[in-house]
Amino acid sequence: MPDTTPDTNTDAGPLIPRNRAAHPQVHDVEYKTSVPRSPRWPLLSMESTPSEETGPRFGHDILGEYDNNLILNWTKGAAPAIGERIRVHGRVLDENARPVPHALVEVWQANAGGRYRHVKDGYFAPLDPNFGGCGRTLTDSEGYYEFLTIRPGAYPWPNRGNDWRPMHIHFSLFGHSFGQRLITQMYFEGDPLIDQCPIAATVKDRAQLDNLVAPLDLGQSRPLDYLAYKFDIVLRGRRQTMFENKLEGM
Amino acid sequence: MVQKLNSLVESASQTAGPYVHIGCMPSYAGNAGAYDCEIGESPIAEGAKGEIIEITGEVIDGTAWALRDAMLESWQPDAAGKFPGQPGADPNVSGFCRFAVDPDIGKFTLRTVKPGAVTTRNGAMQAPHISLWIVARGINIGLQTRIYFEDEDNSSDPLLARIEQKNRLGTLVAKKSGPGQYAFDVVLQGDRETVFLDI
Repeated sequence: MPDTTPDTNTDAGPLIPRNRAAHPQVHDVEYKTSVPRSPRWPLLSMESTPSEETGPRFGHDILGEYDNNLILNWTKGAAPAIGERIRVHGRVLDENARPVPHALVEVWQANAGGRYRHVKDGYFAPLDPNFGGCGRTLTDSEGYYEFLTIRPGAYPWPNRGNDWRPMHIHFSLFGHSFGQRLITQMYFEGDPLIDQCPIAATVKDRAQLDNLVAPLDLGQSRPLDYLAYKFDIVLRGRRQTMFENKLEGM
Repeated sequence: MVQKLNSLVESASQTAGPYVHIGCMPSYAGNAGAYDCEIGESPIAEGAKGEIIEITGEVIDGTAWALRDAMLESWQPDAAGKFPGQPGADPNVSGFCRFAVDPDIGKFTLRTVKPGAVTTRNGAMQAPHISLWIVARGINIGLQTRIYFEDEDNSSDPLLARIEQKNRLGTLVAKKSGPGQYAFDVVLQGDRETVFLDI
């Protein structure tokens, strides 16, 4: 069993405290569901402990042959999904600008028509029999990852009278510490719905929202096959110092 | 002008949305078989040392409604307080679990081994606890909290000691409801709001 591999980084410093201003506002009236689901009292802050500094680790043994190819993984290679073929690639770094190797990257998305393959999604855009909508991969030793998929469609959702989600891919990231856990979304350069979306707008720092928008990367696209988009992700880092442990007599 | 720091800013979180299960728990989303191996199905394997326990609860919003679409993750050491990968750690404890509330009634159950105590960097002993991370539609950044246990000595835990309003301590403590059974609700907002953490 265990679906974890050893943590070899347990002696690094504490996690750098989270800058909450870089994150969404938790209670945002324009995103109605956040209103009853956001805490009102302040969070309790404390220096990280082993409970946050360690975390589950995953190896290639969990990955299947097609896990990083959403075009083919639902049919195990038998037939490609419908939609614009794209490659999404990027790098996972920490706040110290160091690559995060062997990080598990999980993605999920709607199909080209904007429909999710989920028992709770009833949008009348049809399911694509060849598209499941989830994928995963591990970053390499330099923190790089990539996967192939189709560009997801925009779709309407119940919030204000007429809200639409921009095209997006959901990302879930494990670094090496449970305290680094992050779920975010990747948007696409040039999508006019980004500026209309109350979920994107929960991020009040424009530069931080811009960092969730993947640029078209023609140089990494493949002629006559797929376009490429680049999406880098930054996870929390840890204080790098030799002066962590309180030495005898100090 | 001064030198530039070489640091980066953490990427902004976004809500996990209602369909988080597609990517994280395909079987739950109705997509069994998407992966040969789903991660976090259990934090323990057969033979794990220690007391096997079940923690049951709900994730409750500010209107007192139990969420039907939340996903939770837990992380913990083995019964001796060792995390996976540390020397002497129980090979049958992966420590990580991913679970969702029931889509019809909103209940979750975490079956695991009761964790041992873990020290902090400065040598202070923390009372046994399980780290918890909660995501859902409407939660814009994952919520961190901890599950402590009412039948353990929590009196000198450094995190609990920081809570000024002692009347809120109980929100982090699982209540014993039977042999090996505990009750623990996550309350997102309201009079019984859980103490959420920024660690």
